[in-house]
Amino acid sequence: MLNFENVVVQFAGLTAINDLSFDVSEGKIHSIIGPNGAGKTTVFNCISRFYTPNQGSITFSGKDLLKLKPHQVIREGIARSFQNVELFSKMTVMDNLLTGLHPILKRNIFFISLNLPSVRRSEAESRKKAYEVMELLGVRHLANEKVSNLSFGYQKMVDIGRAMMVNPKLLLLDEPVAGMNPVETDQISELILRLKNEMNYTILLIEHDMSLVMKVSDDVTVMNFGQKIAEGTPGEVQNNPVVIEAYLGELDSDVKAD
Amino acid sequence: MKKILENKKLYQLLIILFMLVFPFLVGNSGYFMSLFVTACIFIISAMALNLLVGYGGQISVGQAGFLSAGGYAVAILSHKFGLPIWILLPLAGVITGIISLVIGLPAVRLRGHFLAVATMGFGLSIPQIALNWESLTRGYNGISVMRPQWLSGDLAFFYVIVGTTLVIAWIISNIVKSGMGRAFVAIRDSEIAAQSTGIHVAFYKTMMFVISAFFTGIAGGLYAYWFGYVSPQDFNILTSLLILGMVVVGGLASIPGAVIGAVLFTLIPHFTDKFIGMTNIIIGIAIILIIMYRSEGIVSFLDRLKSPEQDDQVKGGV
Repeated sequence: MLNFENVVVQFAGLTAINDLSFDVSEGKIHSIIGPNGAGKTTVFNCISRFYTPNQGSITFSGKDLLKLKPHQVIREGIARSFQNVELFSKMTVMDNLLTGLHPILKRNIFFISLNLPSVRRSEAESRKKAYEVMELLGVRHLANEKVSNLSFGYQKMVDIGRAMMVNPKLLLLDEPVAGMNPVETDQISELILRLKNEMNYTILLIEHDMSLVMKVSDDVTVMNFGQKIAEGTPGEVQNNPVVIEAYLGELDSDVKAD
Repeated sequence: MKKILENKKLYQLLIILFMLVFPFLVGNSGYFMSLFVTACIFIISAMALNLLVGYGGQISVGQAGFLSAGGYAVAILSHKFGLPIWILLPLAGVITGIISLVIGLPAVRLRGHFLAVATMGFGLSIPQIALNWESLTRGYNGISVMRPQWLSGDLAFFYVIVGTTLVIAWIISNIVKSGMGRAFVAIRDSEIAAQSTGIHVAFYKTMMFVISAFFTGIAGGLYAYWFGYVSPQDFNILTSLLILGMVVVGGLASIPGAVIGAVLFTLIPHFTDKFIGMTNIIIGIAIILIIMYRSEGIVSFLDRLKSPEQDDQVKGGV
């Protein structure tokens, strides 16, 4: 579905991604793991079109993503969450989610100015949709809370919720459980599995929490220093000596990811 | 919850009622009606600027340029083509909107201080253009503007201004609570997240300037009709700063805030003009105090007044 082919990204001499190729298959949860600075988030930023690769191609369902501008990516059905949470901090949870619907909302300035029935109707439908997503994330009771007042865990939820509003085909999750406690982590991993199983999302996941990665992933790509060093099912990857070395510097028989 | 909504409606109704009976409260006094009209013109300008600064996070220190542009648009077009007022007022908005592209387009690439300076340059240049483009603006002499016969009475035109102000307030509140308003706030809070939710940042930034200029241009047009005269000195850099001050003191990203700021800053000179130099001192002190102690603006006092009541409502409701 999503296809990286020989992608190279360089920042003034520093090679962030070097000759990276991988495929995300439809309906699967695909994880990218690797040590800090391996280039994982750069992969996301290429898909979101904040960065343009120096070489290589990125296609989504056969369409060349590199021809798009950042705001057009979501219209292809790709939505994302952010590692450090990029919410609209002074908006309520509700408004944050509604903003996620921007690509399909009415945009005629004259209709909006006069608050015509068609505008009110689509606003009411949007709110209904937002409540559904909140229900799914368990944050419905926070609908009218400003997001800057929420805990980091809830903010992450809202960030994911905003990406879910348009029913994307591919959801990019950048460290969804970073900074979360074990209970919240479990909630998120259940949510991710539900998104795949019940709602047919394809998910590309960046995560450091190995228990989560091992639990939910169908495929895992391991990166180090901008390169792909291993790929396979969670079981294959966690026993791969190259991977273990990348994480720990040397082979150690004690290390089997928990 | 319902009760609060009703209360809000009630306040709005009271304000509208006050606006409608105002001329009779002051016995049709020309001075007080002009004061009121000035307040209305500043209310429109402050609401329009708040769209840009408060909601969109794009600073502008050139709103006076839009007021001048709107005023001159009305004056020039009514002289040259004798267009009727109901075409001229919206047209003044449209022309000002087009002029705003001059700063709206570069503004897409400028931020913070740089944008402030660029808009200030715009605000400074408009009076100079008006002064020097004599064939169009009659330079220093200015242009007189005639109201149409059926609106020549001050009372009749007073209601035109009140009506326009109310309609614009309604339209801006519709924009603010729509998806478009959310896009503005989204750009203010995080351009990156805005982009990845599909918001075309450059387009919406330009849009903000055009919409803001459109309404300010209409306000300038109303000014020209009410006072019957436009000249290069009407709106200068101080006016721009004053409108920005209204928005900050009244409350950023709040329509009632813009109204409060505009009314306050119109009233202060009324009380202080007897004492030379006091007006600016008091306005300056007000701005400093608000920025230091209550950056949400005066309107946040109203929120506080309401909130205990709201808690009761919620408890009672549940």
